[in-house]
Amino acid sequence: MKILVCISNVPDTTAKITFTDNNTQFNTSGVQFILNPYDEIALSRAIELTEVGKGSVTVINVGEVNTEATIRKALAIGADDAVRINAKPHDAWFVAYQIAQYIKQNPFDIILTGRESIDYNGSKVAGMLGELLDIPSVSVIKKIDIDGDKGAVELEIEGGKEVLDIPFPFVVGAAEGVAEPKIPNMRGIMSARTKPLKVIEAVEVETFSEIISYVTPAPRGQVKLVPADEPGKLIGLLHTEARVI
Amino acid sequence: MSVLIYTENAEGRFKKSIFETVSYARAIADLTNTSLVAISIGDVSADQLSLLGKYGADKVLNVSNEKLKNFVNQAYASVIAAAADKENADIVVLSNSFSGRGLAPRIGVKLNAGVADGAVSLPEISESKFTVKKTAFSGKAFAIVQLTSAKKVIALTPNSYQLVEKAAAGKVEDFNPVNKESDFRTMMKEIVRSADKISLPDAEIIVSAGRGLKGPENWGMIEELADLLGAATACSKPVSDAGWRPHSEHVGQTGIAVSPNLYIAIGISGAIQHLAGVSASKVIVVINKDPEAPFFKVADYGIVGDAFEVVPKLIAAVKEYKTSA
Ligand SMILES: Cc1cc2nc3c(=O)[nH]c(=O)nc-3n(C[C@H](O)[C@H](O)[C@H](O)COP(=O)(O)OP(=O)(O)OC[C@H]3O[C@@H](n4cnc5c(N)ncnc54)[C@H](O)[C@@H]3O)c2cc1C
Ligand SMILES: Nc1ncnc2c1ncn2[C@@H]1O[C@H](COP(=O)(O)O)[C@@H](O)[C@H]1O
Repeated sequence: MKILVCISNVPDTTAKITFTDNNTQFNTSGVQFILNPYDEIALSRAIELTEVGKGSVTVINVGEVNTEATIRKALAIGADDAVRINAKPHDAWFVAYQIAQYIKQNPFDIILTGRESIDYNGSKVAGMLGELLDIPSVSVIKKIDIDGDKGAVELEIEGGKEVLDIPFPFVVGAAEGVAEPKIPNMRGIMSARTKPLKVIEAVEVETFSEIISYVTPAPRGQVKLVPADEPGKLIGLLHTEARVI
Repeated sequence: MSVLIYTENAEGRFKKSIFETVSYARAIADLTNTSLVAISIGDVSADQLSLLGKYGADKVLNVSNEKLKNFVNQAYASVIAAAADKENADIVVLSNSFSGRGLAPRIGVKLNAGVADGAVSLPEISESKFTVKKTAFSGKAFAIVQLTSAKKVIALTPNSYQLVEKAAAGKVEDFNPVNKESDFRTMMKEIVRSADKISLPDAEIIVSAGRGLKGPENWGMIEELADLLGAATACSKPVSDAGWRPHSEHVGQTGIAVSPNLYIAIGISGAIQHLAGVSASKVIVVINKDPEAPFFKVADYGIVGDAFEVVPKLIAAVKEYKTSA
């Protein structure tokens, strides 16, 4: 069983998000970058699945050389090898296109992504990969088990959940619940340095979207406090002032 | 040219969030001087379909066939892309719901279209530019995305556009495109719907609680308050990590991002990762015994007090409000 996990390099969850150059550039100064938390979950599950069933886990990232610390972290967690497609990840389409090209030459049984990247939150790469490779995809799953040459995945639907059988090869996006994130141990960290990390060049492709600027949310006004023994007042304010009930 | 809107149904009915999306798509059609075509897939009654005209659909394509009874994103994406071709649609709109997330990227690839996911307002359209505002950095910011392709796909964040009634013909037409066999490789094994549960992404009111509640046995009052308000329940991450509540209730940067009209946070400190997923809420109420809790800084209304005393009183107040209303 060959598993590919797509990993992205994102600002730490505690990072303060600010912009420069007239709000056109994300200000990376002082920001620490991490392995996208959902990708960490996807990777952890991939390792569990190959521990039971045998197989290998490859991680792939579309990024410039500065993402290698994150790639090494993935290797330390337990991936067997890594591929970096050397390019700035312009948008989800660009990323999916590059990864799809790689998969066409190097087939996998299972392709895992995170349910979304916590920077652009597109939830798009999994679906785009599915379409580019003409294979089934589920963008957000809560559970995955393997049974022979198919997966059983659980996903959330409006007001409920569903279990699907999905034949190899397929692509799914992991959400919370799929696995507990694995923490690299000393041996993992040592061996990560020598595990193979292949760098390949990107192919050219037309893109269809461009971020032209950013907006930070308007700050809220001062909080209005209601005395603890008069919650009726709160209900009144929500009804007459805020008009939300 | 036209705008195509995919109107997903839940067990044969359209939810309010779908009519909001129709209103949104209608406004885009008006901005671009084109017509609005809706497409519905699955078993939906004529009565339900007729509602789409009320919110501005000029035409409704009704796709009803046995194979498409259950949602399969690959097959549905093919049908929607076929409808876009047939109707010469250059903009496809959907809701950024669970199923929308599966569809939008696939449709984007099929149509060679740029995809704006998580849109929060109407696009700005000029001769040379088409831009959409979308959420980014898990709610900590917005990005203005320019779509440069001829065709575009926009997935609207639930609760970010108002319902607008605008009667149009809404003429229902059957549409029967042929799917390829490979569209149906997944097999549904089990489906569980809890009919009384309101799903988080499109809940208008959310009652959420955190570690301040001490243990799972104390959620009765949270559920009671939520029931009274017609709200969905949510929780902070440590609460679902500890198994007090299911993962599907966890909101925040690594959970579900929500944008209700009213978010009531009880016994939640307001960590940056929690705020990231809830700051798009229109009105935020915080109940916390610590006046220094960071959540108060981003709240509209607050009560400093012990949840175990405040919530029962709040429940009584809501009951009173409901009987007097
Ligand atoms: C990578 C990463 C991702 C994360 N993602 C998320 C996420 O998506 N969502 C999320 O929620 N968290 C997330 N977290 C965790 C986050 O940092 C906080 O730890 C978490 O939000 C705290 O949960 P809490 O507010 O319920 O608990 P606490 O921080 O323990 O706060 C409990 C609050 O309850 C109050 N309280 C106690 N007793 C009472 C009482 N009787 N009445 C009223 N108030 C009371 C206290 O004053 C306190 O403010 C993430 C963390 C990391 C590192
Ligand atoms: N630059 C990247 N390289 C590799 N995988 C990525 C990259 N960006 C996003 N992904 C994968 O796609 C998932 C969804 O990302 P997004 O569509 O941006 O929300 C992430 O969780 C990753 O698994």
